[in-house]
Amino acid sequence: MTASKRVALCVTCLVDQVLPEVGVATVKLLRRAGYAVDFPEAQTCCGQPFFNSGFRPEAIDLAKRTVEIFEGYEAVVLPSGSCTTMIRVEYPHLLEAWPQWHRRAEKLAAKTYELSQFLTHQAQWKPKAVSPAPELTYHDSCHMCRTLQLQEEPRQLLEGAGCRVNEMTESNRCCGFGGLFSIRMPEVSNAMTAEKLRQAVDTGADMLVTADPGCLMQMRGLASGSSVRVEHLATVLEEATR
Amino acid sequence: MTTTFAQFRQRANVAIKDIRLQKALDTATDNFIRARNRALAELPNADSLRDHFKAIRSATLGQLAHHLETFERNAVSAGAQVHWAGDGTEACEIVVEIARRHGVKLATKGKSMATEEIHLNEALAEAGVEAVETDLGDFLVQLAGETPSHIIAPAIHKTREQVAALLSREAGRPLSADDLSALTAEARRILRERFLTAGMGISGGNIAVAETGSVVLVTNEGNGRFVTSVPPVHVAIIGIEKVAPTWDEAAVWLSLLARSTAGQPLSIYTSILTGPARADDPDGPEEVHVVLLDNGRSQLVGTKYEEVLQCIRCGACLNVCPVYREAGGHAYGSPYCGPIGAVLTPLLFGLEDYEALPHASSLCGACKDVCPARIDLPRMLLELRTDEVTEGVLPWRERKTEEGAAFVLRHQKLMRFVSAAVRLAQRPFVRDDVLNLPGPLNPTPGRQLPGLAKHSFREMWKAGELEDKG
Repeated sequence: MTASKRVALCVTCLVDQVLPEVGVATVKLLRRAGYAVDFPEAQTCCGQPFFNSGFRPEAIDLAKRTVEIFEGYEAVVLPSGSCTTMIRVEYPHLLEAWPQWHRRAEKLAAKTYELSQFLTHQAQWKPKAVSPAPELTYHDSCHMCRTLQLQEEPRQLLEGAGCRVNEMTESNRCCGFGGLFSIRMPEVSNAMTAEKLRQAVDTGADMLVTADPGCLMQMRGLASGSSVRVEHLATVLEEATR
Repeated sequence: MTTTFAQFRQRANVAIKDIRLQKALDTATDNFIRARNRALAELPNADSLRDHFKAIRSATLGQLAHHLETFERNAVSAGAQVHWAGDGTEACEIVVEIARRHGVKLATKGKSMATEEIHLNEALAEAGVEAVETDLGDFLVQLAGETPSHIIAPAIHKTREQVAALLSREAGRPLSADDLSALTAEARRILRERFLTAGMGISGGNIAVAETGSVVLVTNEGNGRFVTSVPPVHVAIIGIEKVAPTWDEAAVWLSLLARSTAGQPLSIYTSILTGPARADDPDGPEEVHVVLLDNGRSQLVGTKYEEVLQCIRCGACLNVCPVYREAGGHAYGSPYCGPIGAVLTPLLFGLEDYEALPHASSLCGACKDVCPARIDLPRMLLELRTDEVTEGVLPWRERKTEEGAAFVLRHQKLMRFVSAAVRLAQRPFVRDDVLNLPGPLNPTPGRQLPGLAKHSFREMWKAGELEDKG
């Protein structure tokens, strides 16, 4: 298929370095939805870890850098609710003090999308189930559901792909990641994750799906030996519609 | 008290390992959340009411001095005496002096976060005045020699068995943990004795209504009424931010407070106290004092932290906080725990002493979702973290690590080099994609960390592995 529509992939540092298969699945899904994918190789990190730790100058530098790299594209897609929030919501605040940068940040923010958001609203992609789809439960990651208000989109895509979504008692209860929080407060963080996994197991599903690589890494870290497998939305969707 | 990272982790770990405490926390917070959601849903327009309340709180704080002076004027004309306390020590001195003047040996106390904040009980004890907590939860916590672990449910951490043991000790006879009404009856008996003999009643105050100089007290057990009406002297201690200009604002406040706190349309008792007993009143105190407590609050007005003063201490943010629900209230090392405590404590008592609290949050935002005044606690936690970096509170080593990491991430080629180096270095420690670092080097004990992938996404892309074969 020759696609005339193009989109830039901001793969996120965690996916790039630790979970490349999520990036691969994202690219395949975007192509399946009719888009050609560009990957600007200069990209590194959106700066969120620094912003969340109070390192503002460092976050601002990385924000400006990311604006420069991506502003030339028509649309930017990320397989991460929290990194999308960083660009869509935090960049304009962070760069408020510099009118030029602020304008550029706002422009980028307006055309930056989380994967399920883009597939649903921009691409208007309707997944078709091909392979037998799993019974799963979906974790509403914090930025994704509270800031971006994206709760329906990932669920509709998963159901469209033939998955059955069993809901947890508190699908939007934090998984315990919180970036450096998971290292600064490992005991509390682990206890939060254990609670999340308990709720996931209780649904009877064999898969726990999230749209955030951070939550994925966190929950996987405690899921060995548990009856649920933790997967990213992109890989699950990609496999089910292959 | 201080709360360093090590202290928070240690205290939280004690709570996490206490299975009974975890169960109590789960049940209590679950019930509070459910009740709160149901009660707010009963309002035809809860969301706009919360917007309106935020606007009220914000406008009131914009003219705080004016409203406080109005309150003072009207409270005085109703016959109360108003005291201004700059800090906790001053507030304690004021209360101790009132007790001394009246020769008080025993004081009964209603629930009050402000008195916890200024350690009033200790100050009274030093002056030879016994202060007895009469809120059931506070009473139990006092018997146990502990501190409250929830803003409105101070004994949330205590089990029925522990309560029975405490009351048995006090009663001098064994009481069964299974007979809840006998336990309650015993507590009532003990407390009633104190109510009738106390020389002074001490309360907090939920709202100070400026237009009539009234103090509004919201309670569920009725102990608040005993404290404020039986003893000849009543002293109310109230933070200066708790002022409502008129009853219109107070009405909105009340419609949200009990709903957010315990899911009640109104609490069982909503007392409005305006001056001492009139000549034809059947009961009530002969003397009423209102202590307006600053203790660091006025310094926050006009700063990026002013919003925290909009808090009405409903405790809703504690119940939904996934950190509080695991770590419990004592981990915070402050009368103010949970998300609101993580912001308020460093602001009132010093960032250096409470360095861990701005980090005692995954920034999930659940607190902001339920706050009746829509206080953006995550934003202020981020601001506090930024202050820690600029004020040099965060350890030197951590600062250098972050700055170094940011430097690497600003240079794509350097990042590729570093990630290649890490891939090499991690080799002996990675098995089945999982990083197995030896004990002291493992940053996440008990949780597996993945190693870096064999090939990064960008390497795969560059090698053409992802070319569109259409």
